[in-house]
Amino acid sequence: MTFAVETKDLTRVFKRRKPLLRRAKAEENGEDILALDRVNLTIHEGEMFGMLGPNGAGKTTLIKILATLLLPTSGYAAVAGYDVTKDPFPIRQRINMVSGGETSGYGLLTVRENIWMFSQFYGVPSKSAKAKIDELLKHFGLWDKRNEKVRGISTGQRQKMNMIRGLVTDPSIFFLDEPTLGLDVNASRVIREYIRDWVKKQPGKTILLTTHYMMEAEMLCDRIAIINKGQILACDTPENLKRRIHQDSTFRLEVDALRTMDGFAAIPGVRNFSTASDIAKNTTKLTFILSDESAVSDIMSRVMGQGSKIHSLQKSEPTLEDVFVAMCGRGLE
Amino acid sequence: MTVAVSRTMLNVRALFGRSYPRVIGMQREPSWIFFETVLPLLGIAAYVFIYRGFFDGALNSPNAAVRTAALETLNAMVGFVVLGGTMIAFWLNVLWSMASQLYWEKEMGNLQLYMMAPMSRMALLGGMAIGGMFMTGTRALATLVVGILVFGVVLTVSSPLLILAVFFVTLIALYGMGMMLASLYLLWGREAWHLSALMEEPIFLVSGFYFPAKALGQTVALGAAIIPATLGLDALRQLLFPSQALAKVWIMPPEWELVILLVLAVVFLFLARVSLAYMERLARREGRLTSRHQ
Repeated sequence: MTFAVETKDLTRVFKRRKPLLRRAKAEENGEDILALDRVNLTIHEGEMFGMLGPNGAGKTTLIKILATLLLPTSGYAAVAGYDVTKDPFPIRQRINMVSGGETSGYGLLTVRENIWMFSQFYGVPSKSAKAKIDELLKHFGLWDKRNEKVRGISTGQRQKMNMIRGLVTDPSIFFLDEPTLGLDVNASRVIREYIRDWVKKQPGKTILLTTHYMMEAEMLCDRIAIINKGQILACDTPENLKRRIHQDSTFRLEVDALRTMDGFAAIPGVRNFSTASDIAKNTTKLTFILSDESAVSDIMSRVMGQGSKIHSLQKSEPTLEDVFVAMCGRGLE
Repeated sequence: MTVAVSRTMLNVRALFGRSYPRVIGMQREPSWIFFETVLPLLGIAAYVFIYRGFFDGALNSPNAAVRTAALETLNAMVGFVVLGGTMIAFWLNVLWSMASQLYWEKEMGNLQLYMMAPMSRMALLGGMAIGGMFMTGTRALATLVVGILVFGVVLTVSSPLLILAVFFVTLIALYGMGMMLASLYLLWGREAWHLSALMEEPIFLVSGFYFPAKALGQTVALGAAIIPATLGLDALRQLLFPSQALAKVWIMPPEWELVILLVLAVVFLFLARVSLAYMERLARREGRLTSRHQ
């Protein structure tokens, strides 16, 4: 059976390189970086697959290998049945990629011209490219901006333009690397809705979406892989992932800013926890995954031992973020 | 996408697609008329006044034959400067908009999209070159026409086909060199920036942009012939200002120069292809070239 994406023991190491013509700075003499560590993954044709992980987890590295921009250090990766190392051309004909915060294109070209230019790199006949661009511009609400120079449009409009750039070549496999990063609610919603409809209306299309927005992954993806430090920690449907920590309890606390987090992990019954600071309110938000709920009293004692006041404490249903905290001992943000 | 599209058609479309921003960009920035036509004329004017100063005595000679010879030579020298000024536009375009372009594309985030696309990498560079030639050709033509009119240069067009052949083969060799340098600049990253600066004024000097290159000696002129502009300019000057008085200032006959330029064009295009393939292999292996962050 041919998978849309298949990897076997895929590993990628980034070697530290010394600069050619100048003395290396201290940070350039460090150790090599293991970005992907024996990743095994299969994505079926027509699947909407999510990769969830914090910054530096290896999501972008994986996408770049699959998009034929990077070679694996070891292991195997195939897209549409073609080996990314040996056979990049047929892969490139079938894929496209859009990344969050992308600033591609030329500022002096109009939105329509920019998208047309990129469509030519895929050999799309000019007439059909222009018709498709116009249709997509209308759908993404960019029709009024079609003749505006790219340097004059907003970040959200630019990302919609990037989405159209990716879609105009009608890829079989579409890589989306944090496509809604830094966008406002409305622009994010338009993009998410289009992605969902695009896959629903064309059953053969496959999407690999990387994100660190839980809601986005949960809303869009058939299956989700949780990745951290280059390793796939879990891969399942969102429901099954949440079921994995069903026996555990999730408690969320908001307390006065804590001086130290030492000791929380050692409390009996604490499986894992994450913290986030709210600088504006000068508070710390803690999420605990507990295998034994009696640990709550010890947690509260430790918080109050630091002279910190508890603003709120609530028990909640597990979310994907809780799954992530349980597995990684940290939140995504 | 239309997977069935032939590779040739794909590459032709890619080539036109990539040349488009440069072709259209010229119309979008009307300020180029001032910056690209009027300002270069100031540099040309400086040399024209120096040459006029040199010939001042001969031009006022009571001997009519001396005056005529001086006038012919001065016209040729001023013509050399105007032609050199025109060629400078191409050389600067090759240095800053061809050689450095892939580096800029990387900084802008375009390069990884180019590398991910199925088009041939030579179509990408070819598109850049064609767009650059068109854009700079129009600017250079404006400088040439204004220069000829302002300084009253008289040209002799005796072999128009040979002139056109020399001009276009020079451009192909020059942009072939730019295509080759584009990959190398990308490998060297920001450090290659200095190379462009290094290749400006010294090349203006050794390639003889403002005077016949042989003035620095035949050895220097032959060494500078690796830059296609050197032989291209020498041949064009011979063909446009055929004066017996200047017979000793030429590096070699224009026909020979055309043959060498053809060889340079083929060699540079071949090296461009090889270095681009090497750069892409390195980019995929080391992951440090296509992304700004790696």
